[in-house]
Amino acid sequence: MQETIIKFAPLLLEGCMDTLYMTVLSTFFAYLFGLPMGIALFITKQGGIAENKPFNAIFGWVINILRSIPFIILMIALFPVTRLIVGTIIGKNAAVVALSVAAAPFVARMAEQSLEEIDSGVIEAARCMGATNFQIIVKVLLVESIPSIIRGLSITTITLIGYGAMAGALGAGGLGDIGIRYGYNRFQPNVMYLTVVLLIVIVCLIQWGFGLLARKVDKRNTKVKSFGVNFIGGAKGVARIYKK
Amino acid sequence: MIQIEKLTKVFNSGEAGEVVALKDIDLHINRGDIFGIIGMSGAGKSTLLRCLSMLETPTSGTVLLDGEDTATLKGRKLIEARRNMGVVFQGYNLLMQKTVAQNVAFPLSLSKTPKAEIAARTEELLQLVGLADKKDNYPSQLSGGQKQRVAIARALATNPLVLLCDEPTSALDSLTTKAVLQLLQDINHKLNVTIIIITHEMSVVKSICNRVAVIDESRIVECGQTETVFENPASDITKLLLGYEVNE
Repeated sequence: MQETIIKFAPLLLEGCMDTLYMTVLSTFFAYLFGLPMGIALFITKQGGIAENKPFNAIFGWVINILRSIPFIILMIALFPVTRLIVGTIIGKNAAVVALSVAAAPFVARMAEQSLEEIDSGVIEAARCMGATNFQIIVKVLLVESIPSIIRGLSITTITLIGYGAMAGALGAGGLGDIGIRYGYNRFQPNVMYLTVVLLIVIVCLIQWGFGLLARKVDKRNTKVKSFGVNFIGGAKGVARIYKK
Repeated sequence: MIQIEKLTKVFNSGEAGEVVALKDIDLHINRGDIFGIIGMSGAGKSTLLRCLSMLETPTSGTVLLDGEDTATLKGRKLIEARRNMGVVFQGYNLLMQKTVAQNVAFPLSLSKTPKAEIAARTEELLQLVGLADKKDNYPSQLSGGQKQRVAIARALATNPLVLLCDEPTSALDSLTTKAVLQLLQDINHKLNVTIIIITHEMSVVKSICNRVAVIDESRIVECGQTETVFENPASDITKLLLGYEVNE
């Protein structure tokens, strides 16, 4: 095993960097498109600030359809689009296109869910105070849902790592690609185990980091203000989770 | 100040058919009044409040605020009119991710008020409600009474003509209720703001309202000076509401 680690360290490191590159970029683009989609879903639903039932129904269906296409099929179906945008259908950048398109509708539903958590009375109060719909979106919806959106961000990122490994099968690079090429195609299970361990570590770190961040920015249930106390509280929470 | 004439609101709720929530409501509220609107659950109080706060458009009738019919306002004008009506809610409805000061400043930040002016006004309002020392706290760190004080300060931020209070004390214990009502009375005296309180508690009306209207089954059944109504209740529902309090 030790030999394998030493021999494959540079390759695995490169794989890690590729996986992170694809995950970060596609998460960014998924939110760039998905977040406005989620807001659009939320404000046009029945009783929303810009109620529009036909739009909401049609848009909801489009999102459902996009979400139900298996990723690997979506990726292949997107080849012409991908080629148009990045000029090629293989490699990291090509994968980012497919990953972003796959994740955007997912993000839309996650964002919608986060916005649903906001007390409708607060939105009503803002309307009473003369807020425009745009002000409600920017100053109420996005501000009040930040902790929940951050928690959603960790779920999206981790899902994208999983998808990214799948994209590896189509020549995208990254840890998933290494796992398949060496572990499966060349019968080197040790390499595959290593990639899996690395993926586990990355996922745990993301979950932990975003969890801590969400707790830090959430001003509900804060009895103490100082960062230090919150940090210790957060660490204790993490320790408790690990004990379980 | 506020003249409500022949206000009717009908909801079209699909299979259940039409539901008449308000029927021919006539009310005249004078400047400087602390006006109580009392009724049982389902009497139409909430709908009346929503029509007054311009969240709901009446089916027919008019709501004149300082001579202007709020029922027909749209767009910019509606937004401006809403700033003349401060609303205090039973559930406070504060922004949980913002500090006390940011909450009070919120209505001002919507109308692009200069920062220095917002800061000064926020300070002044927090002094008024006695929470100047809590300005950097978050709502989750406050008690119910303190939260309602913040909500009152916020509602006053735009210097509204009217403060509309929807069951402002229903979530509070009796001692806190007293303090919040005292604060509303002070505000009425100091700032000469007209206050409308919607409630189901007779004790609230008794302690601070100078005039009261009783609403039952979508209609106003009685309206007048608080003492007159209390001494000579004309309708059964008023007697019931009064008796209910005695039994308590």
